[in-house]
Amino acid sequence: MSYQSHADVGGQEGHGRVMSEQDEPFDAAWEPQAMALMLATASTGSWNVDMARSVLETLSDYRELSYYQKWMKGLEKLAIDRGLLTAEEILAGRMLVPPTPVSSMLRASDVFAVVAAGASTLRDVSVPARFAVGEAVYTKAVPAGHHTRLPRYAEGKLGRIEHVHGAHVFPDTNSQGLGEQPQWLYTVSFSGRELWGEGHAQDLRVSIDAWESYLEGVEGDR
Amino acid sequence: MTDDHHDHEHGEHSELDDMELRIRALRTVLSQKGYIDPAALDVLIETYETKIGPRNGAHVVARSWLDPAYRKWLLTDATAAIASLGFVGLQGEHMIALENTVECHHMVVCTLCSCYPWPVLGLPPVWYKSAPYRARVVKDPRSVLTEFGVTLPPTTEIRVWDSTAEVRYLVVPMRPARTETLNEEQLAVLVTRDSMIGTGIPRSPDVAS
Repeated sequence: MSYQSHADVGGQEGHGRVMSEQDEPFDAAWEPQAMALMLATASTGSWNVDMARSVLETLSDYRELSYYQKWMKGLEKLAIDRGLLTAEEILAGRMLVPPTPVSSMLRASDVFAVVAAGASTLRDVSVPARFAVGEAVYTKAVPAGHHTRLPRYAEGKLGRIEHVHGAHVFPDTNSQGLGEQPQWLYTVSFSGRELWGEGHAQDLRVSIDAWESYLEGVEGDR
Repeated sequence: MTDDHHDHEHGEHSELDDMELRIRALRTVLSQKGYIDPAALDVLIETYETKIGPRNGAHVVARSWLDPAYRKWLLTDATAAIASLGFVGLQGEHMIALENTVECHHMVVCTLCSCYPWPVLGLPPVWYKSAPYRARVVKDPRSVLTEFGVTLPPTTEIRVWDSTAEVRYLVVPMRPARTETLNEEQLAVLVTRDSMIGTGIPRSPDVAS
């Protein structure tokens, strides 16, 4: 089954106006609960952020769901897939089968410390960075076929390295349970013309943050 | 058309009731099985509704307007400069500050999901997470700015930062005119959330007072 992200919307036409009157983080009273449930359950260590993003972006009704409806549906799917609970338990609204052991539970007294500590994705690697600031690079032209953070609009484009951020956890493998496999991370910027064609967005530059394996040197094969 | 707003117009009541019931059920089962502490949910909500929000970022920006040494630090090591004011943690582990000038206007987006610098701006507004903003700002940012009531000189380059990794971006807007006599608190009032995303500009002191 081919992997399809419904979330990769950069550059798509037909989305209409930005609803700037939707100005608050939450649209409905249940949404803060959804936010907190997702963060607290993720703290059990049953999945990582890349796995969660992968599940959310592949929900078959992604386009029909509001933001926190995606979170709830994704949370249910992750929790069921990991054996934390069953669909029957959600329907019944109570525990029907004994719990699966998890590595940790977020206690109220620890919330402040956990939020403040964050979850850095920076890692030490023994290999040096392949690219340097100012260098020209091409992004890969072939879709990954799994969760990735290279947007389609930036596939196969000529860009320039603007920042070297150190080595970071690689979402493509981490989302598939294949480990963190950290890689050097770069900010790569593109002209509007390179991304969108002649006559488009002449006064525009757009950047993405790209892991090293998303990139190829300009001298190499494209 | 994937306009989130549109979806809410049909069957809103039954949809909300359904979501509330599902959340109650999940919360109960997850608590009974010992995976979550229900009290932690309340603390998380309180944290992101009252403690962590765009006032934090406004404080960073106001300080950078007043203190050239701080500004230099912010623009070269944003993570450390922001942490020095006490703003750290989830979704702000790796920060970059972007200086708006007459020549270059920065805007921030996450086209793939909703990445946003929580410690300085709180949780993102609904429009930031919506398909129209994510789809359009990387291709036609000026039309997006028009919808936010912002018109830039045609000579200003627009620089859009798509947050595709765990690096988070804070726009440092230009300091408004006629603010020479204002102190840090007064300046911070002028710094809107949208001006730190790049979809707005700071308030004028004449309007704010």
